[in-house]
Amino acid sequence: MIVDIKDVRKTYKGGFEALKGVTLGIKEGEILALLGPNGAGKTTLISTICGITNPSSGSVTVGGHDVVKDYRPARSMIGLVPQEINLEPFNKVIDVVTYSRGLFGKKANPAKIEEILKQLSLWDKKDARVMMLSGGMKRRVLIAKALSHEPRVLFLDEPTAGVDVELRKDMWDVVAKLKEQGVTIILTTHYIEEAEAIADRVGVINGGELLLVEEKAALMQRLGQKTLQVDLQAPVESVPESLAGYELELAEDGHALRYHYDTTGESTGITRLLGDISAAGLQLKDLQTEQSSLEDIFVGLVKEDAA
Amino acid sequence: MNYTAVWAIYSSEMVRFFRTIAQSFISPVISTSLYFVVFGAAIGSRIDQVEGVSYGAFIVPGLIMLSVMTQALSNASFGIYFPKFIGTVYELLSAPISFFEIVLGFVGAAATKALFIGVVILVTASLFVDVPITHPWAMVLFLVLTCVSFSLFGFIIGVWAGNFEQLQLIPLLVVTPLVFLGGSFYSISMLPAIWQKITLFNPVVYLISGFRWSFFGTADVPVGLSLLAIFGFTSLCMVIIWWIFKTGWRIRA
Repeated sequence: MIVDIKDVRKTYKGGFEALKGVTLGIKEGEILALLGPNGAGKTTLISTICGITNPSSGSVTVGGHDVVKDYRPARSMIGLVPQEINLEPFNKVIDVVTYSRGLFGKKANPAKIEEILKQLSLWDKKDARVMMLSGGMKRRVLIAKALSHEPRVLFLDEPTAGVDVELRKDMWDVVAKLKEQGVTIILTTHYIEEAEAIADRVGVINGGELLLVEEKAALMQRLGQKTLQVDLQAPVESVPESLAGYELELAEDGHALRYHYDTTGESTGITRLLGDISAAGLQLKDLQTEQSSLEDIFVGLVKEDAA
Repeated sequence: MNYTAVWAIYSSEMVRFFRTIAQSFISPVISTSLYFVVFGAAIGSRIDQVEGVSYGAFIVPGLIMLSVMTQALSNASFGIYFPKFIGTVYELLSAPISFFEIVLGFVGAAATKALFIGVVILVTASLFVDVPITHPWAMVLFLVLTCVSFSLFGFIIGVWAGNFEQLQLIPLLVVTPLVFLGGSFYSISMLPAIWQKITLFNPVVYLISGFRWSFFGTADVPVGLSLLAIFGFTSLCMVIIWWIFKTGWRIRA
């Protein structure tokens, strides 16, 4: 485990409990997405690992170094891309990135800075003042700063919040490239498609608690509800009584029936359903199934948590 | 000790200073010249000598102190407040550097700027009047310690301030009056007896008196007391900063 979080609690002054005992191990080289609604505790968790806030109790180690007692080696390994675009507006792009490298105690290395800026398509903007850049470009500058000291663990706090679709795809490409280089990436997001698109594992966090962490595929399979849609030759006004036991839904103005089933159950009931449909005298036109998305899983979990 | 990081902070602060070198350089020159026109020529011509020194020369140490104190304060407080304001403070907090190194970078830069301005004023003043420096080493010591202590004080204000108004509050409401009433432009012996007593509660009196002693060899209060005051003030600021570091007050939640 390159990052090891043990029972971390954070209570802010005033009594608000932002983290209620989070335990999580992050493997070297993986991409972990922390998924949760606003105010779930995602940013507090990242801030605690990176040294911006101190944990009230519990411990975090990065590369085996405690982030509080042994903060120098721990923080040297970490790059942080914050959620807000926090940049010195009057400085040149290359200067703010070079500054970050210095701040992390790394010897100046113009070739490395050039490589990073090129990788992020910022090289032609290197002499531009930060305030002249577009929002998306500023976000790239934040990433360049975080990468300037060659971290082994990169935290991306809501990297694509308020970013257009094209740039979001670009950002995902950047993340994929970093993973190839062996960088461990932890990103927070409330966009489920983001976690679905790039994460190896997904953690769901809500109300300061980590509800689950699982391989993305396994998570989707385990909780994966599927839906079978049966398209009919001729529309029906209501579900025939003989099919009442299946809890079918009418769809597309009676041209289709929808059936929800669990792929992990002992039997899905599809064979029996199809038999019963033809027994009821309905003509099948087409069949389609769809996997429920992470979004459905997520909504289910958060609702369960609230209940 | 992460010297690379200290240098990164120091040099980036100095870059800000040199980017506005015209303002940094010209404004003290102009304000010093104005003080000389008003106090030296207009008013000073009616005052012969103060403690055996021409009035024009007499106000030079006070003028330097006035600028150095206000510049050190505003530079240091702005230096740390600005990252808080624009949010880049996250980077200082997440970097592998100690609070001491952060202070060293910011306070070092602010003190350097103040020292630079102090020297500019001294040079400008010596174009107008003859300024003898009786105890040059003591002069340098007082000047450097004042730059450092007021930069430390400014750093504390910058950490404390929650908005730009608060950033200006202490320099405007507390420090400027104390400096003006601290004998920048007069000797305490010129005051009525009761004010001579009251003014001794003003810590700036000790700093200006000691600094003036290093020029002319005469002082309002004993030099030892002045030295004690400047070392005391520096230590007090250091203790407060150490406490900020221990508790993370207004810096790290």
